[in-house]
Amino acid sequence: MDDFIAARSQMALSLGFHIVFSCIGMVMPFFMAVAHYYWLTTKEIRYKNVTKAWSQGVAIFFATGAVSGTVLSFELGLLWPQFMKQAGPIFGMPFSLEGTAFFIEAIALGFFLYGWDRFNPWFHWVTGVIVGVSGLVSGILVVAANAWMNSPAGFDYVDGQYLNIDPIKAMFNDAWFSQALHMSLAAFVATGFAVAGVHAFMILKNKNKQFHTTAFKIAASFGCVAALLQPLSGDISAKDVARRQPAKLAAMEAHFHTEKGASLLIGGIPDSKTKQVNYALKIPGLLSFMVHGDTKAEVKGLDQIPVENQPPVAITHYAFQIMVGLGMLMMALSGLYFIALWKKKQWLSSSWLLTLFAAATPLGFLAVEAGWTVTEVGRQPWIIQGVMRTADAVTPMPGIAYSFYLYTGVYLSLALVVSFMLYRQIRMVGTLYDLPAHASQLKK
Amino acid sequence: MLYVVIIYLWVAILLYLLLGGADFGAGIIELFTSEANKNRTQKTMYRAIGPIWEANHMWLIITIVILFVGFPAIYTTMSVYLHIPLTIMLLGIIARGTAFAFRHYDAIVDDMQGLYDRIFVYSSAVTPLFLGIIAGSAVSGHIDPQATTFLSAYIFSWLNWFSVSVGFFTVAICGYLAAIYLIGETDTEADRQRFIRKARFMTGAAVVCGGLVFVAAYADGIPLFDWVFGNWPGLTAILAATVSLGLMWYLLAKGNRYTVRVLAGFQITMILLTTTARHFPNIVLLKNGGYLSLLENQGHAKTIDSLAIALLVGSIFILPALVYLVYSFQKKPVDVDVHV
Ligand code: HDD
Ligand code: HEM
Ligand code: HEM
Repeated sequence: MDDFIAARSQMALSLGFHIVFSCIGMVMPFFMAVAHYYWLTTKEIRYKNVTKAWSQGVAIFFATGAVSGTVLSFELGLLWPQFMKQAGPIFGMPFSLEGTAFFIEAIALGFFLYGWDRFNPWFHWVTGVIVGVSGLVSGILVVAANAWMNSPAGFDYVDGQYLNIDPIKAMFNDAWFSQALHMSLAAFVATGFAVAGVHAFMILKNKNKQFHTTAFKIAASFGCVAALLQPLSGDISAKDVARRQPAKLAAMEAHFHTEKGASLLIGGIPDSKTKQVNYALKIPGLLSFMVHGDTKAEVKGLDQIPVENQPPVAITHYAFQIMVGLGMLMMALSGLYFIALWKKKQWLSSSWLLTLFAAATPLGFLAVEAGWTVTEVGRQPWIIQGVMRTADAVTPMPGIAYSFYLYTGVYLSLALVVSFMLYRQIRMVGTLYDLPAHASQLKK
Repeated sequence: MLYVVIIYLWVAILLYLLLGGADFGAGIIELFTSEANKNRTQKTMYRAIGPIWEANHMWLIITIVILFVGFPAIYTTMSVYLHIPLTIMLLGIIARGTAFAFRHYDAIVDDMQGLYDRIFVYSSAVTPLFLGIIAGSAVSGHIDPQATTFLSAYIFSWLNWFSVSVGFFTVAICGYLAAIYLIGETDTEADRQRFIRKARFMTGAAVVCGGLVFVAAYADGIPLFDWVFGNWPGLTAILAATVSLGLMWYLLAKGNRYTVRVLAGFQITMILLTTTARHFPNIVLLKNGGYLSLLENQGHAKTIDSLAIALLVGSIFILPALVYLVYSFQKKPVDVDVHV
């Protein structure tokens, strides 16, 4: 394997791994806070059980998220030293604030996980909320750093020199808002659907029904609200991309030729040689409308981008299709869920709806991975859009392929162990968290 | 503002060495604990570090962020030439962090516990070993920007007597800190005595490893003797450390748990002070006689200013919360509902 490809693969692998844990670390505290709130106000034991069961699982995810994040902060230098040398001082602001957010998160987590029955219950509740808020803030901050790579700002690039650096401007670059909004919602969608799906599956298996129904409702409600908003935010993102990275947009849409009244493609197999997309469903004018709000407007195609600056079309296009497709699916499922919640209560315990949710367990995370593929692969060949090429940023050290194999092995085994632990947590729900009322009073 | 950032960098390194070090050390102690006492050692350890162990490791993140935002040339030079030890250290961090969480939170107790334990104790020793190697390599003068072969650029930059001996010294220091810390966390007299013996043993180990560092430095042609004793701040610090070591040895069995902890912390602070006083502001020494100075390689003024402000504002939030966390769990340790 070529060292450059290995470095990119290792980065993608590490980020793709970390993002799963960070989404859960950002979002689960909010689910727990809701369950915890009901426990404190209603004193119904099932809410306490759900909170405690979740917090055990989350502790595992936190630990894995924290170590994989620590690895990332080194990997940026290990793999992309030329990039970090220039970019560090410019886009470092969000990272230095993020350090504070993480710290607060880690401290609040200590209070929350170990603080049952030792602090004022509402103080304890608030520490849980702080875990969530600081997690969300740190997520937004890292995404602002990534947005800077898509939309560099806060410096002047003159003759290969980076001058007039302004880290604040760099942080509030053009892309930060649309990306941060979209990512935060994505975290809620992905975690909400994953958690709801697991609990739906357990209800279908007729295990600890009351416990799992309580958990399912909380997770599904969060996930479904976010899933309804996600396409709206995706539309903002797409308009944004069209403005700042026309090459990426063209690759997402496999839009080879600049044209007025461009049609939106659904599916299809792009062929970079013939510059055609085969087997696609075409909706005339819709792309122009989505990007410029006018069915007749001109949309830049790849033909306007020099070949050496074009991103890989096929991967970007497929990834985009996958994300949007899954987004639509989850939006539809959310619609059903809210109809059930307000109009058709009996649906909520019907096996078809639960089966749909169980089947949707991985969809949110698949969409997250696909979305990041769009963002990162679609930016190629640039590591800093229009300023520095990824190939110029890579470490001079040979043999990165071995490092990539090593990390692949490590992350694979970690993923296996975490799944195994999660399976054991769920299996133990009956004994640990859902005892008959008097027995659970005995267990603290 | 530059000095604010440098002070934060130094303090973050110190705190990582003290708090993260005690945390690593707990695993090292476990490595040297007989089967019969293992459970009680683990219990004591959970009680002591459970609630704060995530926070302890944040000091490393802060150090890295300060380096890559404020001093990118230093961060990137170290990442390029010390790629291999950094990778091993990272693997150690991954293994240790996850094994700690797994053994604490696994819902079922069975043979897997033994596996988590083993991973935890070995990675607790490997991680500080490589941390020490990395720190030693930074000042060993073996990093060679003109290197032409893989071995001289990426291997001998860290694989030399001096760096390795600093690695072992770091491991010994971690064990030493943990033993001192755990003395005050025990609940039976027998355990207390056990940790006092461990602390004595670790003190001996640290002194021996410290001596080895001097031997190794001599073998590698590094004027360590001159660095440590050749200037008065270094000399004073090392004297203070030695005196407090004697005092601590005496107080170990009788003294108040806080006194011995403060003394141990004081010694480590003095050791770090000695090693940095002489070099400041050059934290990376290169083979060609060049160096990377904190004063010459900083990012742009605006970056440094905003970094300093971010750190200052951050501490206003962090420090009181952290102190309250430590205080709460010192006052009333957590019940150990671990599966032991
Ligand atoms: C649950 C996950 C999820 C779902 C359902 C969607 N997305 Fe998404 N999308 C992401 C998760 C995501 C992401 C992983 O979070 C990305 C990667 C970078 C980012 O900021 O968000 C992303 C990026 C991303 C980008 C690129 C942004 C950039 O490069 O700056 C666009 C244009 C869209 N999305 C558009 C959409 C549209 C039109 C959707 C319609 C349904 C959609 N997304 C659903
Ligand atoms: C967590 C979500 C993210 C995922 C899944 C992700 C995914 C990827 C992928 C797939 C690549 C390889 C692209 C290619 O080689 O074609 C990549 C590259 C990279 N990403 Fe991201 N990314 C994420 C977020 C970030 C963030 C927040 C940053 C930095 C602040 C970042 C920095 C980089 C860098 C430096 C590279 C290497 C250079 C490049 O290939 O452009 N990524 N990432
Ligand atoms: C879009 C991408 C990312 C998001 C949304 C994200 C979000 C988060 C969140 C919410 C956490 C805390 C929760 C947990 O520990 O599980 C976390 C942990 C961490 N992340 Fe990320 N992250 C992203 C990418 C990155 C990148 C690119 C880096 C490094 C350059 C990074 C560095 C870290 C570190 C150091 C931690 C550990 C902090 C701790 O110990 O609590 N993350 N991330």
